[in-house]
Amino acid sequence: MSVKIFVPRDSAALAVGADEVAEAIVQQAASRGQAIELVRNGSRGMFWLEPMVEVVVGGERVAYGPVTPEDVANLFDAGFLAGKPHALALGPTEALPYLKNQERLTFARVGITDPLSLEDYQAHEGFAGLRAALSLSGADIVQQVLDSGLRGRGGAGFPAGIKWKTVMQASADQKYIVVNADEGDSGTFADRMVMEDDPYMLIEGMAIAGLAVGATRGYVYIRSEYPDAVSVMEEAVVRATAAGFLGKNLLGSGKAFDITIRKAAGSYVCGEETALLESLEGKRGIVRAKPPLPALVGLFGKPTVINNVLTLAAVPYILSRGPKAYADFGMGRSRGTLPFQLAGNIRHGGLVEKAFGVTARQLIEDFGGGTDSGRPLRAVQIGGPLCAYLPDALLDTPMDYEALAAKGGVLGHGGIVVFDDTVDMAEQARYAMEFCAIESCGKCTPCRIGSTRGMEVIERMKAKPAEAAPQGVLLRDLCSTMLNGSLCAMGGMTPYPVLSALDHFPEDFNLAAETHKAA
Amino acid sequence: MIQPSVPEDNRRPDPVRRRNALNSMTTREAQAVEAALTRFQDEQGALLPLLHAVQDTLGYIPKNATSTIASAFNLSRAEVHGVITYYHHFRQTEPAQHKLAICQAEACQARGCRSLTEKAEAAVGCGLGQHTDDNRWELEAVYCLGLCASGPAVELDGKLYARITPERLESLIRKKELS
Repeated sequence: MSVKIFVPRDSAALAVGADEVAEAIVQQAASRGQAIELVRNGSRGMFWLEPMVEVVVGGERVAYGPVTPEDVANLFDAGFLAGKPHALALGPTEALPYLKNQERLTFARVGITDPLSLEDYQAHEGFAGLRAALSLSGADIVQQVLDSGLRGRGGAGFPAGIKWKTVMQASADQKYIVVNADEGDSGTFADRMVMEDDPYMLIEGMAIAGLAVGATRGYVYIRSEYPDAVSVMEEAVVRATAAGFLGKNLLGSGKAFDITIRKAAGSYVCGEETALLESLEGKRGIVRAKPPLPALVGLFGKPTVINNVLTLAAVPYILSRGPKAYADFGMGRSRGTLPFQLAGNIRHGGLVEKAFGVTARQLIEDFGGGTDSGRPLRAVQIGGPLCAYLPDALLDTPMDYEALAAKGGVLGHGGIVVFDDTVDMAEQARYAMEFCAIESCGKCTPCRIGSTRGMEVIERMKAKPAEAAPQGVLLRDLCSTMLNGSLCAMGGMTPYPVLSALDHFPEDFNLAAETHKAA
Repeated sequence: MIQPSVPEDNRRPDPVRRRNALNSMTTREAQAVEAALTRFQDEQGALLPLLHAVQDTLGYIPKNATSTIASAFNLSRAEVHGVITYYHHFRQTEPAQHKLAICQAEACQARGCRSLTEKAEAAVGCGLGQHTDDNRWELEAVYCLGLCASGPAVELDGKLYARITPERLESLIRKKELS
């Protein structure tokens, strides 16, 4: 009897040796004359356990991890194919608290299915949203997205339905759906996981968006640092087109939608929507002034929906289960769930999808198990390199766009990077300025030049404690210029990590705690 | 209100300029550029895919390719040069034999990428953003490989490695040197 074994193909598993483990399993099975069926699934998102091998025993999946190639012979000896005990045994996968305590709507299939199997996808509710959308008018689809309360998951939190409505109402001979998959923020990997581990979900979301607004062409702009995501998405588009889920005649409806995968080229600022459009047009990724909005004058001058991967990935669920099912999760004006990403110095890093309203402390302590080094936590950066550093005292703030903003934080793309008490916050602030200097597109002077001046000021504060106070005033002044004088978030938000480090950790800048707010 | 639109381009590709530019490249370079042009010339806005195709084949984009590409796309050489040099990924020099990219972003900083980078610099004998004199090694800073829960992360000759210790990185480097 052949035993079904799962070894993930997500790049976070590959980077810790999943291919070598899979190979060892195949070899051991062959040498023992044991028939197996090896499936390369996506990752469950528990990265400290990768490579995590699952075996189907009595219809249930049981997990072992982290497995090295050297463990494999030993696992066979111990009888892991029958789910027998072993030092690496984790028990039934679904019963692991890390997974059991999540609310996985978008990530419901991730880690369970073979990412490129259309059969697997459809056996797990795949394309139910698209089928539902095909029986609705564009306006009805837009209304469902509006009713779900879905907001843009790229960071700005703009209601997706309003964006779609604007594009729907625009008249043009060609409209576009563009997916922003330029996930450049450190601490985030949810977009990568969607593309590598459940690519048809993104394709389905794009096709639904196309039907809603009347767009027949879509582009996915994926960062070049994600070669696996690029190749999985390319293959998925080919297979989906061949099976009639994309192309000239979507599921026999007579409606068309085609997708082109485009690889970025290592420019962080291209994650900004207008710079991304410039890049897709074959130009330098330089930010455009708004208005006009991309919804009216977007790609190649045509009305364009540009959404983050997670925004479009949430859409199939909304269409198949109804907007209310999605909106029932969450708090305040933040409806639904957010796939949070626990990263940095954290014991149990990975993907945790929860309804809005969970606190950072719950995520970091209950799911994450605290710092990996075991040292006290000192700072947490939520949202990405352009977002604030928060001290331990603010970690009980609910994760909700408005609640976090009230505390000077930004939810961004839901990445949470944990630092222990060895971190030098002045160095982190200096790095924020350095990163801005490296990645600035150069259009706005405060961003292009202010970032380099900011680095110099912070270096002076660290080198000459006697000058720290007046230089601190200068730094705040510079930050205010960048905040107010930049077109996009690159220059406009780089001050957030800098100012939050100054506010919460003045001692690292050689400033006295009492005087740090004097400026 | 003035609405920006895609300007109509009446310039014609210049076959003479293109042939001359192709002649100034090596045969291998010219073939790679021609193949990429054949594939992408008619696709709208396809300058980035074209440059990727050339670099994927050759490892770099030949300096002399600029005018060929410009005439094929009806762009000025300045525009093509601007695009090639704007994006960190594109390069105009041959890569070293081995390329090690070390993530320098926050999540990997929190897990010790700064000291890992120092060790790597000492092990291969050049600094970040540089290559060794014999062009056997080059070190590159990368800002996020999407392995933020299992840092520090590096990419060595196109393969990703996560949860990397200085010892493990040194042994990977030694293995490459022996190969």
